[in-house]
Amino acid sequence: MPSLIDLRRRIRSVKNMQQITKAMKMVSAAKLRRAQEQAIASRPYAGIMERVLRNVAAAARSTEETADLPLLQVREEKRIQLIVVSSDTGLAGAFNSNLFRMAQRFVDEHHAAELRIEAIGRKGRDYFRRRNFNLTGEHVGIVDKPKYHQAAEIADEMIRRYRDAETDAVYLAFNEFKSVMAPNLRLRKILPVELPENADLQIDYIYEQPPGELLRTLLPRYVELEIYRALLESISAYHAARMTAMDAASSNAGDVISDLTLTLNRVRQASITREIIEIVSGAAALG
Amino acid sequence: MPDTFQLEVATPERLFIDEQVLQAELPGRNGQLGILAGHAPLLSALGPGVLSYTRYDRQQFLAIDGGFVEVFENHVRVLADHAEFSYDIDVAAARRELDEAHDALRSAQDAPASEAANHAIAKAQARLDAAARSSGETASS
Repeated sequence: MPSLIDLRRRIRSVKNMQQITKAMKMVSAAKLRRAQEQAIASRPYAGIMERVLRNVAAAARSTEETADLPLLQVREEKRIQLIVVSSDTGLAGAFNSNLFRMAQRFVDEHHAAELRIEAIGRKGRDYFRRRNFNLTGEHVGIVDKPKYHQAAEIADEMIRRYRDAETDAVYLAFNEFKSVMAPNLRLRKILPVELPENADLQIDYIYEQPPGELLRTLLPRYVELEIYRALLESISAYHAARMTAMDAASSNAGDVISDLTLTLNRVRQASITREIIEIVSGAAALG
Repeated sequence: MPDTFQLEVATPERLFIDEQVLQAELPGRNGQLGILAGHAPLLSALGPGVLSYTRYDRQQFLAIDGGFVEVFENHVRVLADHAEFSYDIDVAAARRELDEAHDALRSAQDAPASEAANHAIAKAQARLDAAARSSGETASS
C-alpha cells in the first residue's frame, strides 16, 4: 500500500504536468492560427500562378516551344532527389514518424535508383543521418516561420541540380493540413514539372513575350511556390498534430489524477478505520 | 465601358493591393505598360521597376522586383517576387545597396556574377525611383 504522502506527491506532479500540456496545447492553437493565416495569404498568388501557367503552357505547347525547356525534360529516374519536410521539434504524436515511414517506403520502392535526401527540419535530418542516407542538404530552423526566400533558395538549388542533370527527378514529401484531427501525407513529384492540363477556357492573351519564354521564367517560380506551400502546409499540420497530442496528454493526465485521488481516499479511509478499530478495541480491553 | 478596374498585386507571402483603380503603369520587361479599364487580355513578364497606380486623384508608387502581370476581364493581377510601398522604402539603405551592387559589378569575374549584380542594381534603383517619384508627387501637389 503506497503511503499518503507519496500519493499526494504524485498527484501534485501529475497536476503540474497537466498544466504544462494544457499550456502547450494553447500555444499550438495560437501558432496554428498564425500558420493558417500565412497559408491563406499565399493563396491569391498561388491561384493566379496556376491559371497563368495553365494558359501559358497550352499556348507554348501549341507552338511547340516547350521542347527545349530543361525543367520539362523527362529522363529515366536513375538518381532521385527526395525532399522531406519534417519539424524541428517533436511532441506532436505520429507527425514525423508517419512521414518517415512514407519516405522509407518510397526509398524501398525505388531501391534500383540512387537516392539522395534533402532534409528540411531537425527531426528529419536526425532520422536520415542516423540511418546513413545520402544527405545533400539540411535546413534546420526555417520550418517554424517559413519565409518565401528560404523556400526559393532550396528550390533554386534543386532546379540547378536538375538542370545540370545531377538528378533525374525531384520528389517532395510533407504533411498537408487537412483538418485538426488528422494530417494528410503527401508525396509529389515537383521536377520535371508536369504541366497542368489544358484550361477549360482558353484565354486569348496578347503575349508581350513569346509563351515559351514566359514559361521559362514561370517554371522556376512554380517550383519555388510548391516548396513554399509545402512548408506552410507542414507547419499548420504540425501545430494541429501537436494540439491533438497535447489534448490527449491533458485528458490522460486527468484520468491519472482521478485514479490516484480514488486510491488516496481509499488509503486515507483505511487508515481512519484502522485507528477507530484500535481505539474501540483498546476501550473494550480496558472495560 | 467601366472607367475603373481591379488591381491586385500579390507576392507569395501576401496580397499586397486589391482595389479599384483608374490607371496603372507597370514595368514590363519590354518597356513600360500603361493600363486603363477595358484593356484586352495580356500577359507579360515584369522587370524590376516602379509600379504606379491612380486611385481617384491620388497616385501611389511601389517598387517591385520581377514577376508577371495578367490582364483579364478588367482585372489586372500582378505576381511580384517582392513588392514594397514607396513610403516603406528606406532610402538610405537602398542607396547603400545600390553602391554595394555597383561594387559587386566592378569586381564580378564571370557572367552569372555580373548578371546578379546588374539585377541588384536594378532592384535598388527601382526602390530609389519609387521613393523619389512619390516624394516628387507630394511636393508638387
